[in-house]
Amino acid sequence: MTPPGDQTAVLIVRNARRPAWVEAGERLVEALVYVCGISAIVFVLGIFVFVLKEALPVLRSEPFNLTGFLFSTEWYPTSETNKRYGVLAMLAGTMSVTVLAMVIAVPFGLGAAIYLSEFCTQRTRETLKIVIEFLAAVPSVVWGFIGLTVMSKLIVQFTGAPVGVNVLNGGIVLALMSVPIIVSIGEDALKAVPDSYREAAIALGVTRWQLVWRVLLPAAKNGLLAAVLLGVGRGVGETMAVLMATGHAVHIPHSVLDSVRTLTANIAAELGEAPAASDHYGVLFLTGVLLFTLTFGVNLVADTIVRGIRRR
Amino acid sequence: MNPPARPPLFAETALVRRKLRQEAVARWLFGAMAATMIVPLLLIVGYLVVRALPSLSFEFVLDIPRRGMTEGGIWPAFIGTIYLVFLSLLVAAPIGILAAVYLNEYARDNWLNRVINLAVINLAGVPSIVHALFGLGAFVYAANLGYSIISASLTLAIMTLPVIIASTREALASVPRTFREACWNVGATRWQTIKSVVLPNSISGILTGVILQVSRAAGETAPVMFTGVVFFKAVQRGDLFPYYLDEQCMALSMHLYTISTQVPGVKESIPYATAVVLLLLVLTVNAAAIGLRVHLRSRKKW
Repeated sequence: MTPPGDQTAVLIVRNARRPAWVEAGERLVEALVYVCGISAIVFVLGIFVFVLKEALPVLRSEPFNLTGFLFSTEWYPTSETNKRYGVLAMLAGTMSVTVLAMVIAVPFGLGAAIYLSEFCTQRTRETLKIVIEFLAAVPSVVWGFIGLTVMSKLIVQFTGAPVGVNVLNGGIVLALMSVPIIVSIGEDALKAVPDSYREAAIALGVTRWQLVWRVLLPAAKNGLLAAVLLGVGRGVGETMAVLMATGHAVHIPHSVLDSVRTLTANIAAELGEAPAASDHYGVLFLTGVLLFTLTFGVNLVADTIVRGIRRR
Repeated sequence: MNPPARPPLFAETALVRRKLRQEAVARWLFGAMAATMIVPLLLIVGYLVVRALPSLSFEFVLDIPRRGMTEGGIWPAFIGTIYLVFLSLLVAAPIGILAAVYLNEYARDNWLNRVINLAVINLAGVPSIVHALFGLGAFVYAANLGYSIISASLTLAIMTLPVIIASTREALASVPRTFREACWNVGATRWQTIKSVVLPNSISGILTGVILQVSRAAGETAPVMFTGVVFFKAVQRGDLFPYYLDEQCMALSMHLYTISTQVPGVKESIPYATAVVLLLLVLTVNAAAIGLRVHLRSRKKW
């Protein structure tokens, strides 16, 4: 915010200059604030540059080729004779877990957002929002632990699957983790629908169900889409929970009861064993570049949508 | 010839009854959806606490792990988490608060502002394991800090920066513009205005952001896993200053991961108790943030 009318002030009050040290201090502080202000850009660029820097040598190395990296399911980074670095299976693992999580989380998340913004009393709303904040605060390693112990037992018991750590488990855990973000962004989107829309609909005698279905959902659809996208971003990037809850099978899943490994879990599981500056190490960083690009894209689209809504 | 009897004007017709039914169904449906998020959380937390009870005590927090981490307590991990959180806070809080000051007080609505906003959003969206890769490449190797508490805290600080920026910004934006104008009009500079009017009036909101950063940093595992946190480190029972900053340390979140997946033969209630301690730590910190916000809202003068 700019103070208005600096020049007129100078005209009226003559000799109103501040001592030099005050002016210098002001400049110094402003420079510091500016540096901190652009720090976020520096960090994001820094993340990309440093991760890419570690990944670059592998792009030129012998056993590696980019098509194989993206489109092969063969992941044998420690093979003696024939090293192969294909992450397609892990990509499929990430996609399957994320899609399942969204199938579960989106209806419940949006339903809860609708309940919060349209149906409940002020008091219930405050309470529910606090609970959602707590839900969002549970650390991902605790979610992973829950998947590993509670959820896997339940899954074995109810589905008869041989192992409880699989796509279903990871999907449920991820769904619980991404519901809070879907609810809070979704509620904001519904709140952003002008009250005049609601009033016009109610004046026509609609029920609240019709109001939600015919007026609010169409009017808020962009914001709700952004909420879902942010949930997807969270799902793709989540590490510890899926590391512990999805099992460790590197293959393309055929059912929700198959174990998979995700891109993030793969890095977390193998980075400790990969010798620094080896091909294996470089490929893991390249996977990081892939993840960065994926989440960057998702967040960019979500942000563009949200910005579009604000401008209206 | 009489006209057919018309129903009274405001009586319930079949249509109205159907609509009321529809509305009730909708309310219950959405209410149930909201409830399905909360009930599992309560059940799971309850289950964890029940399973953890045999080990849960102050002694558990203060004691060191014994017999290859299969018995004993979690002190080295607990104090390690405090170290990491404190150091990352020391770095993230000033940068985050000043960044929010820039965005809210100085930045004009131009392309730079948009790029910064985009960067903040993406910083929050970068997967935690990519932060770990960054920390490893930048702090451990490039800056030559090695696997250390410093590397891990710096990685955590960058990761949690968006939390502080977002809530500080909200707090600054809620200070009315008239406050600033009044201050400018008595001849204060911009920074004097910020220092003596804007910041004091938004201090509770800023603190809320700082507290949320603490809760986030305490729970993160992936970013510290490869930058400075180890499976095991021998320290004295209850020792408050067991680590040097260029050493590696243990952390609660990593400890939970280790004993629940890597160490065979751990006493059954210990992982549960570790999970409960971590959960309690994070939720208590969050409750403090919520309490502060409620308090702030009740005292708001404008």
